[in-house]
Amino acid sequence: MQSLYPPVKNGKATYDLESQKYLKLWQGPQHPGVTGNMSLELDICGDQVINCNTHVGYLHRGFEKLMERRRYINSFPLVCRICVPEPDTNEYLFAAAMEELLGIDIPERAKWLRTLNLELSRLASYLMWMGGQAGAFGMGTIAQWCLAHRDFVLDLFEEWTGARIYHMYMIPGGVRGELPEGWTGRAEKVISAAEKLLGEIEQVFINNAIFKLRAQGLGIIEPEMIDPYAVVGPNARGSGIKRDLRKDTPYLIYDQLSFDIITENSKDAYGRFLVRWRETQQAIDLIRQIIKDMPTGGAFHLTLPNVLHLKVPKGQTYVKAESTRGEYGYFMVSDGSAFPRKVTVRGPSFSHAMALLEYLAVGVNIADVAGLMVSLHTYPPEIER
Amino acid sequence: MKQLYEMLCTQYHVYDFEQRQDRLAFVSIPSEQLVSLLTCLRDIYGFSHLALMTCVDWLEESRFQLTYILRNHDGHRELVIKSFIDREHAVADSIHHLWQHARVYQRELHEMFGLSFPGSPGMTEPMILEGWQGPPPMRRDFDTLRYCEDNYSNRDRTHSEPEAHMKATMYPED
Repeated sequence: MQSLYPPVKNGKATYDLESQKYLKLWQGPQHPGVTGNMSLELDICGDQVINCNTHVGYLHRGFEKLMERRRYINSFPLVCRICVPEPDTNEYLFAAAMEELLGIDIPERAKWLRTLNLELSRLASYLMWMGGQAGAFGMGTIAQWCLAHRDFVLDLFEEWTGARIYHMYMIPGGVRGELPEGWTGRAEKVISAAEKLLGEIEQVFINNAIFKLRAQGLGIIEPEMIDPYAVVGPNARGSGIKRDLRKDTPYLIYDQLSFDIITENSKDAYGRFLVRWRETQQAIDLIRQIIKDMPTGGAFHLTLPNVLHLKVPKGQTYVKAESTRGEYGYFMVSDGSAFPRKVTVRGPSFSHAMALLEYLAVGVNIADVAGLMVSLHTYPPEIER
Repeated sequence: MKQLYEMLCTQYHVYDFEQRQDRLAFVSIPSEQLVSLLTCLRDIYGFSHLALMTCVDWLEESRFQLTYILRNHDGHRELVIKSFIDREHAVADSIHHLWQHARVYQRELHEMFGLSFPGSPGMTEPMILEGWQGPPPMRRDFDTLRYCEDNYSNRDRTHSEPEAHMKATMYPED
């Protein structure tokens, strides 16, 4: 095993590529097994990865710089583009950070609608992820099923907010509109179908011998690694760590909903799939709870002064929420003007896709690198912003 | 949180305490005590999770605000540590030995703000802006428009009204 690795001279590994023993292989930036556009610079010996360097920068659009030159309300179409599969967390956090600096409290009805929106986007994001994970292990059929059902969820979003992907639904002071008439009935139909799909995924994928063979023991995250590598969300819960911001520091109306933190103890890619699969069921359950318990009527938006001339009081704050990938946070600094002084986005992928992936990829078979990467649920725009 | 601040006051020159939410507070610390405070918070007070490390450019005051957000998972409390460094001499102590992912944050800050963290592994490698020649782009005095005008040119294009274009290409004799 040790002989696979190159000799170390002066603390640095030295490769003799001419020896035909080592191969430098780029996985990405365009590769079906890479989430988003980033690339892995892999050093291969045989079919085993002996070193991995991640390279990002293919999706850099300078969101944080652009936000400094825009009024607060003009930043809303920007922030949702930081994460394509789950843009609502960004909208919520940007609005919540603004509201906290302004010192305003949103109406009760808006809190319920925001939570419903967040949980529905959680369902859509997990469906897309399960498809990606199945695809990375060579089962494209399940990817097709999942994406079809995600599309039905997007139909619901389109009817509700007017947009399929980037909803821009949560605005400072509340939300942009009410639920359409008869929407809850159609939502029930879609989530029942998704629930049925989850049962089918269990039969053909979770119990699949090939998936078990490949995913069990892949990318083991020991509990001791959780804090040094800042592992959060389902990746941490897959290692048996009971942490969920919805329970730990409840925001919106999560303290009024009944749910448990889902954990698995296997620490590997298989355990992480189980956590996410069960959390998808939990999201469906939460959507049903919200629709059942939501108070009817009442204001869904606060009357604010003209938002184009809104000046936010001087101050700094940090708000966070549990996205499908873990802790998502916004650090916002206002200098008292109509433009944010600085907005920093804390994407969970920043630690998962860089330091953690570089560590976990060593020793992995080249065919499993895609599965390992997807199992960490990373999105490069959160790193580059 | 106030209690924690008072305890820290006995050991460090912390100042500017500000309670923002029930479980979120801000404190400032001179940069020479920063690493010592972070180590103490991590090992003794249980703030083991570094959620975010970032920088704010206060151009008017000619200083950078280095910001570290730490969380204590047992009490679900968050502490934001602010440390100010001189803008002209932007060097700070590295914390890559405390958290594995801190080196990635430091690499990003080096690229975007031009901060230097001596000893941080791979700090000078380009991360997002490969082949970037200009000044650090996230500094407040970096003028995006001016940089674009100096370095890039508009593509030479002829613009034509659809009606005039149709007439010119399809019915030139009319």
